[in-house]
Amino acid sequence: MNIIVCIKQVPDTQDIRINPETNTLMREGVQSIVNPFDMYAIEEALRIKEKLGGKITVISMGPPQAGEALREAISMGVDDMVLLSDRAFAGSDTWATSYTLAKGIQKLGKFDLIICGKQAIDGDTAQVGPGIAATLDIPQVTYVKKTEEIKEGMARFERMTEEGFEVIETPLPCLITVVKEINIPRLPSLKGKIRAKQAPVVTLTAKDIDVDHDRLGLKGSPTVVNKIFTPPKRTGGQILQGDTQEVVNKLVEALKDVVIAAGNT
Amino acid sequence: MDYLLTEQQIMVSDLARKIAKEKIAPVAAEHDEKETFPWDIMKVMAESDLCGVYIEEKYGGLGGGAMELCLVTEEFSRACGGIAICFAATALGTYPIILFGNDEQKQRYLPDIASGKKLAAFALTEAGAGSDAGAIATTARKEGDHYVLNGVKQWITNGGEAEVYTVIAITDREKGARGASAFIVEKGTPGFDFGKKEKKLGIRASATRELIFNECKIPKENILGREGMGFIVAMKTFDKSRPGVAAQAVGIAQGALDHAVKYSRERKQFGKTISSFQGLQFMLADMATEVEAARALTYAVARMVDAGVKDVSKESAMVKLFASDVAMKVTTDAVQVLGGYGYMRDYPVEKYMRDAKITQIYEGTNQIQRNIIALELLKEQLRK
Repeated sequence: MNIIVCIKQVPDTQDIRINPETNTLMREGVQSIVNPFDMYAIEEALRIKEKLGGKITVISMGPPQAGEALREAISMGVDDMVLLSDRAFAGSDTWATSYTLAKGIQKLGKFDLIICGKQAIDGDTAQVGPGIAATLDIPQVTYVKKTEEIKEGMARFERMTEEGFEVIETPLPCLITVVKEINIPRLPSLKGKIRAKQAPVVTLTAKDIDVDHDRLGLKGSPTVVNKIFTPPKRTGGQILQGDTQEVVNKLVEALKDVVIAAGNT
Repeated sequence: MDYLLTEQQIMVSDLARKIAKEKIAPVAAEHDEKETFPWDIMKVMAESDLCGVYIEEKYGGLGGGAMELCLVTEEFSRACGGIAICFAATALGTYPIILFGNDEQKQRYLPDIASGKKLAAFALTEAGAGSDAGAIATTARKEGDHYVLNGVKQWITNGGEAEVYTVIAITDREKGARGASAFIVEKGTPGFDFGKKEKKLGIRASATRELIFNECKIPKENILGREGMGFIVAMKTFDKSRPGVAAQAVGIAQGALDHAVKYSRERKQFGKTISSFQGLQFMLADMATEVEAARALTYAVARMVDAGVKDVSKESAMVKLFASDVAMKVTTDAVQVLGGYGYMRDYPVEKYMRDAKITQIYEGTNQIQRNIIALELLKEQLRK
């Protein structure tokens, strides 16, 4: 099994603050971590490798300091790491990011499975995983909560849906995105940490991968952010009081108003 | 304070802290309440490679020493002194093999201990032989290719859970202190059984049991060093391991202090957080200063041990004595800072206070430590 895990370095949201004037993240002094959902992706890759053997390569696109996130994956037991880093990648939206990562993965050669976290906790789009699969033109299974079986050329996963779950069988190679229900990520080991410290981060630039330069970075990003705002805080709602009959009547009236209002728009 | 740790020591300490915070802290109260052995955490420790930090690389360890052992024990203890001691008591049981084992014995036992596959334990204490270790009654009789052990060891940490035991027994009663020898005994050896699990005040995640030897036959190759070296093995082991108890004490004290500081900033009385009252600030300042002093002494002695200084009896007695007294005081004060809440089992600090107490008692009571220190002082005076 050749497994690729895509990870992203994100600010630790536990101590994140928003600048109330600009509505942007205040990144100063905020620690960077591996996107928590990607930790489940790394763990799942390690478990599959422990069962079936093979090799795990972790890949990320980001500034040079994102190498630290890759090193963390190595300390957990991942074999190789690749960082896609180039000024030309700056300003990428999910479209350009998916394209760049897909091209980077192609450059790495043959693979059987790509694993991503379901989304990054900073952007919360959940688009990059599916975007990579689309660019590479391979099947994708999102929100995977269980790897049921992987064998020669095929795999079966359980994916979470809002109503329950689905079991999906797919040919390999394919891409999955995983949810936190899938496993409990291990901690790094000491020998892993020592190895991670010494391992060089293999960096690929735009020149190293076979890309259409117009599709990179800000230039290749069709997303336009018009406005960023903090959604208004939820108001306390309305508490209906009285005996049951009274409360039910009031509720029905209130619901009618909502339906009428919705119908008018 | 910056203790100028090496890059590798920082890595060891960071990893131990991460395990303590993410894995040990969430289960500490439950293991304490139910008095269950923390095999879940032992597995995490094994996977982390930390079990072998103090064992030579050629036997599967990291190649560190007392300092690394202290760093890990301290960080684990910060979350739970009981779980930490399962790790540290293994080191205590392993040190006799490290110090006095021949290559064959090391090859046989150290790799599995380094990998965390097996735990170890050290057995000296008996019902009638506590501080007066010379009064032990367990015997080892030589019979051809074997020694035959008879007797009962008491209050053995990791007893019943460990696979490898280093046991001190009398081989020649006539010779007094020179008549004791040290042996390696494996769990499962016929004639080797365990007594009931003791119910303790603190460190309740750890297992404490009697070891019962009844015509227990072990191969003569299992002797550590030579016949008659038993007490030397025990004393040299304690010299190396006492900084580890000190580290446990420092960790327990630090953990209690962390909770006290955090609580003082949350708890409001008279319209302000209690951290704004100078009376409380002074308490916290004293606690922090004492913890730091204990830590500094612990690291200093651990470094002496690792540098190969020949006689560290006095210093390792001092560090065990000082750090454990600090732990008792700081944890008691931490309960005071939390007031009535501190006394409740819903809050974690009363456990730190219960866990701290044992550090003043085991591996030589603090009164015995004072004896050792005074004896060394007087010997030094005589040499002048």
